[in-house]
Amino acid sequence: MFLKKTKKLETQIDEYLDLVIKGGLIFKLGIKCYLDHQMEAFEGHLKDLRKIEDTADDLRRNIEIKLYTRTLIPESRGDVLGLLESCDKALNITAETLLEFSVEIPNLLPELKNDYLDIAESSISCLENTVSGLRAYFKNVDAVRDYVTKVQFYKKETNKIAERIKRTVFRTDNELSFKIHTRYFTFHIERIAEQSEDVCDRLSIAIIKRFE
Amino acid sequence: MDISVWFFISSGLFLGWSLGANNAVSLFGTAVTSKMIKFRTAAIISGIFVVLGSFISGAGTTSTLTNLGGINAIAGSFTVALAVAISVTWMTRASLPVSTSQAVVGAIIGWNIFTGSPTDINSLTKIISSWVVSPIVAGIFGFIIFKIVKNTVLKWKIHMLEIDSYTRTGLIIVGAMASYSMGANNIANVMGMFASASPFSELTILDFYEISGIQQLFLLGGLAIAVGIFTYGNKVMKTVGTDLYKISPITGFVIVLAGALVLWLFTSQSLETFLLENGLPSIPLVPLSATQSFIGAVIGVGLAKDPQSINFKVFGKIGIGWVVAPITAGILAYVLLFFVQNVFEQKVIQQVPYEISESVIEQLEQDGIETEKISDLVNKRFLQNKVFRYELLKRYPYDAEQLYSIFHYAIIDSFKIDSTLAIKSLDQNMFSIEQIEEIKLLHGKAFSHKIDFDAAVFYDNQQWGLNGDRLRDKTINEKKIIIEDLFKITKNNQAKSNIY
Repeated sequence: MFLKKTKKLETQIDEYLDLVIKGGLIFKLGIKCYLDHQMEAFEGHLKDLRKIEDTADDLRRNIEIKLYTRTLIPESRGDVLGLLESCDKALNITAETLLEFSVEIPNLLPELKNDYLDIAESSISCLENTVSGLRAYFKNVDAVRDYVTKVQFYKKETNKIAERIKRTVFRTDNELSFKIHTRYFTFHIERIAEQSEDVCDRLSIAIIKRFE
Repeated sequence: MDISVWFFISSGLFLGWSLGANNAVSLFGTAVTSKMIKFRTAAIISGIFVVLGSFISGAGTTSTLTNLGGINAIAGSFTVALAVAISVTWMTRASLPVSTSQAVVGAIIGWNIFTGSPTDINSLTKIISSWVVSPIVAGIFGFIIFKIVKNTVLKWKIHMLEIDSYTRTGLIIVGAMASYSMGANNIANVMGMFASASPFSELTILDFYEISGIQQLFLLGGLAIAVGIFTYGNKVMKTVGTDLYKISPITGFVIVLAGALVLWLFTSQSLETFLLENGLPSIPLVPLSATQSFIGAVIGVGLAKDPQSINFKVFGKIGIGWVVAPITAGILAYVLLFFVQNVFEQKVIQQVPYEISESVIEQLEQDGIETEKISDLVNKRFLQNKVFRYELLKRYPYDAEQLYSIFHYAIIDSFKIDSTLAIKSLDQNMFSIEQIEEIKLLHGKAFSHKIDFDAAVFYDNQQWGLNGDRLRDKTINEKKIIIEDLFKITKNNQAKSNIY
């Protein structure tokens, strides 16, 4: 009976992480639709992503309550909660970014379309590897290091692409407001990778503590 | 039962209470401080298993303590237990990891010296070597178990929450095991000194289940330990257990398991029989320090994790405990016995007469002990240990072991063989028909010395002789003790033998 409850909680954690992965995929689709000017599809993806964000929030709270009320994994509880919350923040950033695209409708240079697709791909790769690292933290600690390395790699790639976009934009004859607006959106997509890296930093410390 | 008996036993109960309060932290400290198990749950499990361990398996280590010194007057037992309780409390306050087991040994020797009774050097050596060996064995167990867990369980890719679940169950199981072993191993410290002066008589429940006086004593002692765990264990865990926060529940599980195994090794009579059956060296059944075993296990696990993290000063502290605890308790027992005997006029020893007979001389010669110088003492009766000892030492400088043998052979026990008692009380599954028949032939014979009784009853070497086969010899010795106890005329047995 004891193990049955534990299994249920395990499933909930897995479901939560699945939602984060789905959120990342939807974000990529959303950006692609925006760049292709398929606004109806884009709005559909935004709606889905916000729904996923809400469901993930509820699920995370539920997991946290269970961990505390049943005094489960007392020595790692703080770490797990911190990890889930900072992962949730990454998911929230994806939804916020897509929402800002919908609200502010930024005008992006057509020649930067591929760069934008690349930066979205790279930052979501960060998020996906973070989720894999989290799964490994629960089941296979030895594998966490590999995922952390991948996240660090993709984060650097994201930074490089962002720099490239900004350099290109600021070397055009467009208005400064346009340039700043473009930089602002690049920065937002970059934040997904930054937040994923934060989660991995916590993860690296948590695995050291795990078998002290 | 005389009400004063309860007063005398109270010091043993106090000792049990303090033992429970202090040892709860070893049994469930990690589990409770890491919030894996609630204190209440831990205390209930621990209390139940301590009582069971004391009641069911407490006999093994007790005989080692009674061999060391058979305190046979209840005021003596009271004083010895009080000396132990005071010295342990005092040294614990001085932050020395001393144990009740070590203080008890010192206090019993204090009683021996005060009353002039000889100390069994053989038992003493056995006990002291076990103190040194037990933390080392616990360390080795801790090291091995931790390596096994790390290289198997932690590599099996089990979900963290499942490991948590298994660890919780594991902590409860090993905590219960450790409590059982601690009760069985340490009850001798709490109630062992009352064993020879047990105020309880045999109790029959529902006409078929008999509880001996000793078992009742142990049950009471076990309950005292359990009360100690319940009432004060939590407080000790909160103060002493702060360092345990650093120990993860899995490591805690390994430590408690290693500690419990060591306590069990030095307590289990069935394990001893198993080892003897398989021709393996047996482990002495000795009361150990639970705390020191657990410290040994902590060090073993530490070595397996990171040898540089070990604070080797702990060894020094344990070593100091081995010396300081017995000496302090011994001196205190001596002083308290003096007061109890001379100020409160209580009998701290039930004097037993000694007499060196011809047969005693013969036996001593066989053992290679000097007899010529004491030939003038033959057939003289001594009513006081001190006088007997003085007379012996005046004639020849016997060492402690030789003195023990002379006292052992010269004691007047009074035996009377009764064939009806033999038929009624000797279990036919244990004794052969020939053995019982031989005893019946001796009906009516009385002996004043145990060696005369033994020579008459166990004359048949084929049936009773020891041949070096340790298991057979152990069984024969146990049978001999049963027969000796059956026909020994003591205060309790007097009434029984009069009936027949």
